[in-house]
Amino acid sequence: MDLSLSTRTVGDRTVVEVGGEIDVYTAPKLREQLVELVNDGSYHLVVDMERVDFLDSTGLGVLVGGLKRVRAHEGSLRLVCNQERILKIFRITGLTKVFPIHTSVDDAVQATD
Amino acid sequence: MATVELLFSALPEHVRTARLVAAAVARRAGVDEAVLDEVRLAVGEACSRAVGLHRNGGITSPVRVRLTEDEKKFSIEVGDDAPHPVVTEVVVGGTTVTSAAEHDDAGAEGEDDMGLAVISGLVDDVEVSADENGGVIRMSWPTTPAAVLP
Repeated sequence: MDLSLSTRTVGDRTVVEVGGEIDVYTAPKLREQLVELVNDGSYHLVVDMERVDFLDSTGLGVLVGGLKRVRAHEGSLRLVCNQERILKIFRITGLTKVFPIHTSVDDAVQATD
Repeated sequence: MATVELLFSALPEHVRTARLVAAAVARRAGVDEAVLDEVRLAVGEACSRAVGLHRNGGITSPVRVRLTEDEKKFSIEVGDDAPHPVVTEVVVGGTTVTSAAEHDDAGAEGEDDMGLAVISGLVDDVEVSADENGGVIRMSWPTTPAAVLP
């Protein structure tokens, strides 16, 4: 399965809905999307990972890179994920301390802390 | 000999194939269904790392994956031909993760660190070795004997 990406704007947030597999082959597409959004002035991103089937460290690297880019503009990058197998990868790598992880897009869009 | 051996050109698009093959052979070998996600992720990380090492080093030989079914365990070896000056040691914990997170996402080294951190966090029985001729990541999982095999 390939990677699917779609974006929409909710208030001052940009929601990036990701589906499929994020791995060494597909991660560059996600990186391009995040770079493009930041270059276009979207600094508050919500990455919805509910439809992600597979995530590896390459994907984590892209998300960390995205976080660094939005932070350079006082922005934010929030994740939406309820899937245990995906959450486990964030826990193993200690990235649960780096990313705010929300249970729904609504929750992430309204979060301000 | 290995139950299934896979050689693939060091291209990112083939890593998924390696994941699918490893998971299929692991399932047949009797690895618990609940652990197959871990097998898939670990072999993917090992193969992504090998692909990166070959590409960065301009190495044209293929990446090797050996899947071996024994009586009580299922083993995976992922081998690369990249010369490593020193034996790689993996430390999982706050320090490694912080340094990985500090790398830019374009930096291959950061992903390499994170890939090994994921493998070490996932797999209880793992061994990373490397010398001037290349490196091997060996991983194994216990199998439960299948009650019925078609």
